[in-house]
Amino acid sequence: MSAILEASAVPTASRRFRPGRMLQRHPFPVVGGVLLGLLVLSALAAPWIAPHDPIEMNIIDRLQPPGGDYLFGTDAYGRDLFSRVLHGGRVSILIGFTVAAASTVIGLLIGVVAGYFRLADAIIMRVMDGLMAIPGILLAIALMSLTRASLWVVVVAITIPEIPRVVRLVRAVVLSVREQAYIQAATAIGTRFPRLMRLHILPSTFAPLIVQATYICASAVLTESYLSFLGVGTPPEIPSWGNIIAEGRLYVQLAFWNILFPGIALALMVLSVNVLGDGLRDALDPRLARRL
Amino acid sequence: MSTARAIAPVSSAMPGEMVLDLRGLRTEFRGEGPPAVAVNDLSFTVRHGETLCIVGESGCGKSMTALSLLRLVPRPGGRIAAGTAMIGGRDLFTLSEPEMRAVRGGEIAMIFQEPMTSLNPVLTIGRQIAETVMVHENVPWSVCMERALAMLRAVRMPEPERRLHEYPHQLSGGMRQRVMIAMALACRPRLLLADEPTTALDVTIQAQILDLIRDLQEQTGTAVILITHDLGVVAEMADRVLVMYAGRKVEEAVVDELFDAPLHPYTRGLMAAMPHLGGVGAGRMRLAEIPGVVPALTDMPEGCPFAARCGRASAECRAAMPPLEERRPGHLVACWHSGESPDA
Repeated sequence: MSAILEASAVPTASRRFRPGRMLQRHPFPVVGGVLLGLLVLSALAAPWIAPHDPIEMNIIDRLQPPGGDYLFGTDAYGRDLFSRVLHGGRVSILIGFTVAAASTVIGLLIGVVAGYFRLADAIIMRVMDGLMAIPGILLAIALMSLTRASLWVVVVAITIPEIPRVVRLVRAVVLSVREQAYIQAATAIGTRFPRLMRLHILPSTFAPLIVQATYICASAVLTESYLSFLGVGTPPEIPSWGNIIAEGRLYVQLAFWNILFPGIALALMVLSVNVLGDGLRDALDPRLARRL
Repeated sequence: MSTARAIAPVSSAMPGEMVLDLRGLRTEFRGEGPPAVAVNDLSFTVRHGETLCIVGESGCGKSMTALSLLRLVPRPGGRIAAGTAMIGGRDLFTLSEPEMRAVRGGEIAMIFQEPMTSLNPVLTIGRQIAETVMVHENVPWSVCMERALAMLRAVRMPEPERRLHEYPHQLSGGMRQRVMIAMALACRPRLLLADEPTTALDVTIQAQILDLIRDLQEQTGTAVILITHDLGVVAEMADRVLVMYAGRKVEEAVVDELFDAPLHPYTRGLMAAMPHLGGVGAGRMRLAEIPGVVPALTDMPEGCPFAARCGRASAECRAAMPPLEERRPGHLVACWHSGESPDA
């Protein structure tokens, strides 16, 4: 409530971007965004900031506890866990962002068609219902066992089950916007369909879509970990958080840090993306602003 | 400020030239059961510079007539089942969809009833007016924006340079309706459809908007079809009046003739239901309402659709639909009893 009052009190000032004000009014999404930014930065910079080669084995130093030369300790092959977690972030973030982008774009295109053309709607939505009925993990396992394991197959396998959610969301927005009087008015001045879409209908879908994309990103990062943990995800030669946890679980009683640190990284990543998404949802749709 | 010649007149049109010749329009909706006929065998003409008012209660097919002329009847379900609409030597109802898009906003433009919702809330008004020009004329965006500014001046928008960059929510209802008019007239249409353009506005703003439409019509010579249920607006604006009831034309006459000597009992009912200032028993008399409601489109009675609400209805009325007859020169009416004196 206070957020609404405050927003209406300073209608023009809010146009300029002021970080201090943002932090004050929406602290959680800013914290989430900063955390996510740090994780992305550290993953991008992994080759330069990692102290060791993430796949170089050093059997003498196997299962070393955290500290000294190895900040997070070492795994069963004596590989530096800190370097592996940093590099593992590259895979998780790559998959999270790619899946979010791919499922959003594909879902947007299908959803717009379903929302605007009634005949297509009937067909598309039945297909989407069918897709939604298949558990995502099972679909991914099936796809992975049919093809040779690679990062791109993982991306495809995670993207497909996410598409129906985006389609439903976009379709719902298009269905409600197309009934607005200004759509009829735009048609009455002779606006063509593509222009009508681009100018009058698509912009309305962006706010919920951005929010949905963050949730998909978080869920994709998690799914990648499940799949890797089950051994059907990222190929084992590439360190990913799921892979590291999967290998570390064998030694959990000897070296708990093998699953602790990648677990923390995974949790932080998912948490920051979700918090950012929640914050964006509140910021982009004032009607949903939570009462604090 | 001089608004004269702020916008150029409609090109290549002679005074009194026929702009629209609509014949036998039938618009129907299909659903379960028999089709609902929203507009039934409607014919009329509009000339250059002329204002035709279409009056009637809600649900009489007034708005559907306008939407039919733009071929924007809601689908699925609605369709134009019969009729021809000649404009500029072409029949609107046989044009292809791309040709029809050129007509919408180009030759025929429409002002909608709700200025609050007929503008896209996330685009500036300058952008929205320029958009109309962009769609119809192959000119650079800067020219479109100049035209938008000129149109805002033409519709007497205060501070047009500033308003150009504002959003609909920053404008009042009257200003928004001015924007709608600016959009409609941006491409100098030959025919302007105004569907209850003042219904959503308060009375003083109504008068301003009507004045504006009339002034712009004088400047450009656009033919106007004004849809309303306000007989005060009719008296103010119309050259000719067409009274619709249950999708049919029941009376048509020049405005003075219609007000002086209405022939159809429905028209008389509408006039009796209008409040007058002064006059006998002013302020005390209860207005005479027309009893009952317009029959449902799916449940049209045999015979005259008004019979159930008409004080003069006879067996003849309930048996057959009266034909449209020219009782006096230029005065058409569809009523079995129109030859009788109203007080009989």
